[in-house]
Amino acid sequence: MSTIVEMIERLGALVIDNVIALGNFVLFLVTALWCAVTPPYKLRLTIRQMRTIGAESIVLVALIGAFTGMVLGLQGYNTLRRFGSEGALGTVVALVLVRELGPVLAALMVTARAGSAMAAELGSMQATEQVDALAVMAINPIQYLVSPRVIAGIISFPLLTSIFDVIGIWGGYLIGVGLMGAPGGSYLNGIAQNMSGHDIMSGLYKALVFGLVVMWVCCYKGYHAQRMATGVSRATTEAVVLSSVLILAWDYFLTSILL
Amino acid sequence: MAAVEQNGNGPVAIEVRALRHRFGSQQVLNGVDLDFLRGHITTIVGPSGCGKTVLLKHLNLLLRADSGKIVIDGVDVTRLRSSALDEVRKEFGMLFQAGALFDSMTVFDNVAFPLVESTRMEREEIAVKVREMLANVGLEGMENKFPSELSGGMQKRAALARALIRNPKILMLDEPTTGLDPTRTGSIHALVRHTQQRFGLTVVMVSHDVPAVFEISDRVAFMHEGRMRITGTPAEVTAANDEVFNRFLAGRAAGDERDAAAL
Repeated sequence: MSTIVEMIERLGALVIDNVIALGNFVLFLVTALWCAVTPPYKLRLTIRQMRTIGAESIVLVALIGAFTGMVLGLQGYNTLRRFGSEGALGTVVALVLVRELGPVLAALMVTARAGSAMAAELGSMQATEQVDALAVMAINPIQYLVSPRVIAGIISFPLLTSIFDVIGIWGGYLIGVGLMGAPGGSYLNGIAQNMSGHDIMSGLYKALVFGLVVMWVCCYKGYHAQRMATGVSRATTEAVVLSSVLILAWDYFLTSILL
Repeated sequence: MAAVEQNGNGPVAIEVRALRHRFGSQQVLNGVDLDFLRGHITTIVGPSGCGKTVLLKHLNLLLRADSGKIVIDGVDVTRLRSSALDEVRKEFGMLFQAGALFDSMTVFDNVAFPLVESTRMEREEIAVKVREMLANVGLEGMENKFPSELSGGMQKRAALARALIRNPKILMLDEPTTGLDPTRTGSIHALVRHTQQRFGLTVVMVSHDVPAVFEISDRVAFMHEGRMRITGTPAEVTAANDEVFNRFLAGRAAGDERDAAAL
């Protein structure tokens, strides 16, 4: 009898712990967004974070974008040639990039580059009591550390995605038209004819949501890291893994809504 | 209101009554009663895990008590809403155990930080004040160094300058001499005493540097198992000849080893 009660108690405790953790996770974002819209505004810090998250990721995102576009050009040309529709190459490359691969791959790359660094930075600030120091100096640590990063993420991700898309389309042209010999005129004309504003916007909406999710997860994990070296490394790993999973999961749901 | 003001200038700067805090199944603070007298250095000593750091985190309002009260300058801070706590905190300066300097900023920016963030002072005015404060703690000419370029003792001095820059009434020190050799420990203690006298501060210090810390303390509180076991002047505490306190003094070397292992 007592073992059954114990089991139920343990199950109950597990459920309660998880509900509390989920509640804290949501509350963290709500607090960060609320702090972002109430003074004192941290404009300078937000711009500095946009440099870290956005500007410093441009080269990486451009590189990945170029190779993604190039491989799409190669695969797309060889597949379309079987159906005799090489002229549709531009449309295929551009739509795949703009609607799907641009936002997802750019978000994954920024998670790996900036998200992990952010979780580690906040984690070690927590471990060395720098976060407590802010609070004791009457400065809201969420407003000072988290809100600028979340806002910078929301702004930077769509911009990075746009860069990824443009360079990817150029990479597809370079290989598909330049190397394989697909007709260049119909490559560009197909894009102009078949891509709608809705296609572009749905990709940018995705990027915006990914920006929010990645910064939310990475800041939360770093901010709540256990105060020791292993705590920081665990927080970094969890931040990257959870962000990556959430990007792909959200991508599915957003696609089904936006399609 | 008059009563509050009268209280605010009374001899007791911080009054702690029946303070309790529990983490999970562990009762870390088990009814702490303690007065911190205005313009005095009060040092809380005790073995690792006795709850002294947790008590300090209640005093600087990072943690909230399960029950009991803390009255700072006549205001019961345990009843304040989170948004009102920042006003009380503006009276504090806090020196954290490892300094907690922001490692992305120079020493100058670290010390200037509280002024830049929460006052409307002019840049030149801040610069003058920061240089003056750095000179006070013996760090002239170190403005442009980063915390990682300083020794442990210098980091503590820089952190002390940051804690003092807003002219606090209450200075809180969490193990200010941890990780320092005896010479530097002595010089930090001398600096704390000198600073306290110069600015007339109420100092709350947590330390396990006994008996060295007795020399600069006006009052000592020995904490054991979540409550105050002996409180008084250093002479009174030593004269009490308490069994647990004597064991703590004798076993401190072993305790230090345990601390090192825990790190």
